[in-house]
Amino acid sequence: MVDIKRIQEEGYDVIVIVGEVDASSSIELDNAISDAVKSGKKKLLVDCTSLEYISSAGLGVFMSYIEEFKRNDINLVIFGLNDKVANVFEILGLDQLLKIEGTKEEAKALLG
Amino acid sequence: MLSKKAIIRLTTLLAIITWMVLVFGDLSIVFSTTHNLKPGIGREVPPIMLSLFILSLFVFYKYRIEKAESINFVDLLWKVFVTGLITTIVSLFFRLFLNLLGSTKLAENVMFLDFIYLSNLGLISAFLISTFIVWKRLILYQKSKFLLTAWQIFEYSLLFSLLYNVLPIPAVQNLEEYYSALLVLMGIFLSANMKWVAYLNFKQKWKSILLIALAMFYLGYFTFTLFNLADDIGESTTQFTDFRNNVFILALIAFIFIYALFSLLVILFNLPTSSVFEQKLEEVVNFQRLSQSIQTEQNEERVYDILLESAVSTVFADAGWIEIIRPGENNQFYTHGISVKEIQNIKQHISDNNVRGILDQSSDKTINLNKYLSTLKGSRFRSILAFPIYVKNQQLGTLALLKDVSDGFNKEMTKIIDTFTNQAGISIENFRLLSEALENERYKEELKIAKRVQSSLLPKELDHDGDYDLVAFSEAADEVGGDYYDTYRVSRSKIALIISDVSGKGTSAAFHMSQMKGIFHSFAQLDLSPKDFLEKANKALSQCLDKASFITTSYFVINSETKTVEFARAGHCPTLFYDTQLKKGTYFQNKGLGLGILRNGEFGNYIQTNAFQYKTGDIVVLYTDGVTEAKNFQGEEFGYERLQKFIERVSDLSVQEIQQKLINELYEFTGTKSIDDDYTTLIIKFN
Repeated sequence: MVDIKRIQEEGYDVIVIVGEVDASSSIELDNAISDAVKSGKKKLLVDCTSLEYISSAGLGVFMSYIEEFKRNDINLVIFGLNDKVANVFEILGLDQLLKIEGTKEEAKALLG
Repeated sequence: MLSKKAIIRLTTLLAIITWMVLVFGDLSIVFSTTHNLKPGIGREVPPIMLSLFILSLFVFYKYRIEKAESINFVDLLWKVFVTGLITTIVSLFFRLFLNLLGSTKLAENVMFLDFIYLSNLGLISAFLISTFIVWKRLILYQKSKFLLTAWQIFEYSLLFSLLYNVLPIPAVQNLEEYYSALLVLMGIFLSANMKWVAYLNFKQKWKSILLIALAMFYLGYFTFTLFNLADDIGESTTQFTDFRNNVFILALIAFIFIYALFSLLVILFNLPTSSVFEQKLEEVVNFQRLSQSIQTEQNEERVYDILLESAVSTVFADAGWIEIIRPGENNQFYTHGISVKEIQNIKQHISDNNVRGILDQSSDKTINLNKYLSTLKGSRFRSILAFPIYVKNQQLGTLALLKDVSDGFNKEMTKIIDTFTNQAGISIENFRLLSEALENERYKEELKIAKRVQSSLLPKELDHDGDYDLVAFSEAADEVGGDYYDTYRVSRSKIALIISDVSGKGTSAAFHMSQMKGIFHSFAQLDLSPKDFLEKANKALSQCLDKASFITTSYFVINSETKTVEFARAGHCPTLFYDTQLKKGTYFQNKGLGLGILRNGEFGNYIQTNAFQYKTGDIVVLYTDGVTEAKNFQGEEFGYERLQKFIERVSDLSVQEIQQKLINELYEFTGTKSIDDDYTTLIIKFN
């Protein structure tokens, strides 16, 4: 199960993912990112500090937005991945396409 | 045993023969006595023949007339009427003939009179016995054990009287009158049973009255004719078969008359109340229809239609409607005798009067809204009854019934409608459960097909060289996954090998997997480098994968001539390599990107090719993430380290043994036979 929240902080939106993202809960993640993109915000943070597991369907959600981020000049930074989840991103090669940082501060610094 | 048909034929024949012998015997006795001759036939013959004749008719009609349960009551009475009509017409024909003769010699001939008398006796016997069987069917409708016993006693007593006529037992002879009286009393007692009358509707009651009255008329006519004829013959001789001595016929006439009279009166008195019975019966039928609608109807709309129709007809409402709540949409109305505009007016009026009740769908109370309706100007309705329809404790809608008289609904009706709405709720709930089950079944069936397709896509045999051994194992989870592996011989010493994992599950995964197989078999024969292959595969898949799907792949080219392996990784799990010299397993750390993630020319920039030389005893382990992500009870993953340690431990074994050990190790680790993801492993050991 997953719990996804969107928090507005000054200058950017934070999407907080708590729990596990599998095939069924990936839809919620998709909705959250889609809403954030539609809201017109150019700076997005994804807080994965409490993300315990992500399936290929969850990775597919991030992947499906890569083109759109590029097209609309949206800056999305993921931070707080634990080793296991980070490894999943790395194996698939998504770390080469998405901006991934260790902490929120680093992520914010990257957003500028 | 004889068949029903055979018995009917046999008894017909027997009845004809016995009647003919009766006529012949009786005539010869009458002739002898009137001419003072000694009769050539014993005087006991005609009564025996009469008894046998009656018995034959009795059996004949018993098999001829169906049980009341299987036939309409009016049809039964119709049979009585028809038999009576035919016999009466024949009898009238004789009478006409007699009248035409006037006072000729023949008309006064006792022989001729006796013949006519016996013909009439035969006819009335047929009529009496057929009617008796019909009465029996009617009386025994919805019988109890007691009633059945009483009837059997009556029937056997009647039949006994036949025997008694044949064998005049002197001691009993004197009791003849008591015996007849007893039979009549029993007849009266049994005549009190007429449950069937309650099941007749108004129209059927009228028909029954008519038919019974006619049957009584026939009976009267026959009795009168017979008595007259018997009197006429009696003036000349006493030596004929006088029915007036026959207890059976007399008792039967009495019984049939009594039951006909009782029935007539009961039906007559029941006429005014028949509408109530009809209504009750309709309630039952409606209720049944409602509960059966779930099995037969194809949609919920029909259930609502039946509910409205049944409710309106059962309480004789002038109009009614069902309002179905549809969240986010306009509510749906099913109406009877009322327009939606009128409904809105009534609802508006009732809410204007601040009636918190069923119609505003906020409360579950059923209240009488009559007094509020009476103040609504321009409406033809004066009473309203409303009930909620619930499914799983959630209100689905409202049923409202209207009448143009005030206080039109009584307590009984309220109860019935309550039952109806409950039943409709259950029907709809059942209906929904059934549809869900069907949907599930269809989904499961689809998965089964997908699973079959998927397993048929995996190669039965892997092509390989004598330079190395190769085994593969794949087990799919309950849900269809998309693991794929295959080999292709590029040249004598060159083999291309692939392992893939399609993202997602279900039919789409199986579908993408088949696309991957097509891509592999078309591009592998071009003898491409691993990087070229992956670039081409990515380009091809970009056109057909949906937005959020990707495929991870590792592609190998094994050259047994140069003993090199060249490979590249497209987002697939890193390859485990066991170096037999170092006695150590390591994962190749080259970069890669899943197929379909970047759907433009830049994809190639993210792919790194790797190569190594192999020597005897080296092992390559390929796998999908199902293996490393397999979890034990504590939620711990099997992981990369465990896999690496495993291969170091079993490196001396053959590929088959290694594979078996790995499978055992995985199941032991997870502690369960059911797996969440697909396990696929491909193990290569170089010779």
